[in-house]
Amino acid sequence: MAEAITAEIFHHLVELAALELEAGEAEYLRTQLNSQLKAIHELEAIAVDDAGITSHGVPYTPDISAAPRADVAVPSDAADAILRQAPDLDGRFLVVPDIPHTELT
Amino acid sequence: MTTALCDLPAIEIAAQVRAGELRAEQVLDSALERIRAVEGRAPSLEAYVLKPGDREAVHAFITLTETRARAQAQVVDRAVAAGKDPGPLAGVPLGVKDIFCVEGTPSTAGSRILANFVAPYTATPVARLEAAGAITLGKLNLDEFTFGSSNESTAFRPPPGNPWDPRRVPGGSSGGSAAAVAAGEVTLSLGTDTAGSIRQPAAFCGVVGMKPTYGRVSRYGLIAFASSLDCPGPVARTVTDAALMLGVMAGPDVHDATAATVPVPDYLAGLEQDLRGLRIGLSPDYFRLRYPDPQTGELRSQPITPEIEKAVRETAEQLARQGAEIIDGVPMPNTHLGIPAYFVISRVEAASNLHRYDGIKYGYRFPGPVTDLRQLYRKSRGAGFGVQPKLRILMGMYVSAEQYEKGYYQRALRVRTLIRRDFEQAFDSRGAHRLHALLTATTPTTAFELDAVYGDSVLMQYADLLTVPADHAGVPGLSIPAGLDAQGMPVGVQLLGPDFTEPTLLRIARAFERSTEADAWRKVRPKVLAGL
Repeated sequence: MAEAITAEIFHHLVELAALELEAGEAEYLRTQLNSQLKAIHELEAIAVDDAGITSHGVPYTPDISAAPRADVAVPSDAADAILRQAPDLDGRFLVVPDIPHTELT
Repeated sequence: MTTALCDLPAIEIAAQVRAGELRAEQVLDSALERIRAVEGRAPSLEAYVLKPGDREAVHAFITLTETRARAQAQVVDRAVAAGKDPGPLAGVPLGVKDIFCVEGTPSTAGSRILANFVAPYTATPVARLEAAGAITLGKLNLDEFTFGSSNESTAFRPPPGNPWDPRRVPGGSSGGSAAAVAAGEVTLSLGTDTAGSIRQPAAFCGVVGMKPTYGRVSRYGLIAFASSLDCPGPVARTVTDAALMLGVMAGPDVHDATAATVPVPDYLAGLEQDLRGLRIGLSPDYFRLRYPDPQTGELRSQPITPEIEKAVRETAEQLARQGAEIIDGVPMPNTHLGIPAYFVISRVEAASNLHRYDGIKYGYRFPGPVTDLRQLYRKSRGAGFGVQPKLRILMGMYVSAEQYEKGYYQRALRVRTLIRRDFEQAFDSRGAHRLHALLTATTPTTAFELDAVYGDSVLMQYADLLTVPADHAGVPGLSIPAGLDAQGMPVGVQLLGPDFTEPTLLRIARAFERSTEADAWRKVRPKVLAGL
């Protein structure tokens, strides 16, 4: 069975995933991904035409589901605690480096 | 050998504390003494070099919260002194898998990327356990973001050792949770099960672990892996303690729309009933393993470990003696598709959930110079995540890409439906089998040695072969100890039942526990407790 995830596809995935990898790590990951695809291959032979898509196992019927909460904004008292977790803050603003952008002409 | 306070069942500790016969601080001191005796050096982010003694200790705790625990114990003791009832878990030592947020404590998910994250709120299951009087001793080690079946992928090492033989894994991902309970460091612990992450380590460590029905326990405050599968659940040393803990945690939650509104029964009420009127099934599809050859991908088939099959059949005989009717030959033909479908569904959901870690809002941020925001993302995620999260992100992105999504993701979701159908047919009250529960092995093998499997992500995933179908189907599963193998390692069997039939599974498990109380294997204690 040929490798489904070639080096080219792998580099594209890594770029999309916003990951920076070391060379040895990248090779290990690509090998494992291809091994996992072989395991998944088994699914291709299964007749699933009469089976609907299940979003999760237990059916969510109205009698066991809570009604949605009222759509009302409620101030949170956790804002300061949440902001304290930010690695770089300026006052109450999150600091980020330059954002890649294109000037519209 | 003496029984320390920390070795008592939760139900006994709580009864004595509530009656004023025992102080919560005494129990806490006993648990801390046990931790000092068996824990070994604390797991850390430092480069891991194996040291003498590492493979003789448990290493279950990422964070010990002794000061917080003592304050909680004093609150319980003051309540009792004032004539108030602190709750059904009064003074019971609790450990929390470090995938749950606990306000004011580090909540790391076993990952470098969250190593400095201090949770600003508390997860609902933890809040309910603490409100019932439980004393949280700390946060327990796990596979990074729960991604694994041996606890070896944690960024905090040494990884936990199995208390029965610390050269072996405790299982995973709730390895620290199961190991800490087995070693008496805590009486109860909170785990999560996505493919078997409560039941598999419970089996490996000789304790009781339950994956409740999906939606039975709120996921609010749980750091998400695969949101359609994740289930918080109890780990305990006895069935009664697991029932007690589940009753405290279960129920609807305004913070989690997937928490079911089904009323919570009294899980202790029917525990001591015999098993007359119950039909318990055995399936040939749980006695044989089907898995792809690691080199060719061709399907192979082999029986589970004979000692484990023997334990399942002896358990069935024991249950029959308690009044159950055993139905052999129940077909569960899609069992072997559980892992392939899981490789797809869990990876897609994991990739989605892990996109939030960006080095901006919280968690690890690459400290060096960067040219722009994209590079900051790449460097922060590259250095913050270990290989297992990276593997899941990349696989999740691949199988959900537009050109592959129909062939992989949609197909896997339909296979999940087929797996669910197996259970529906087995449990159908008008069907051929009309089961109240299915009895199977929890794991294909007993606990394997550290370093033996880690690195082979496919083989490691197959450790969950017998547990993952219940996660796909959403049905409850309960693993209980059923003996020891020739190496003295625990063997676990599991009971699977229809949605929200936890009381029936607990009743069956308790009947087995009660009827085997005098068995020689129940007198054997984990190796780390020798001399204590």
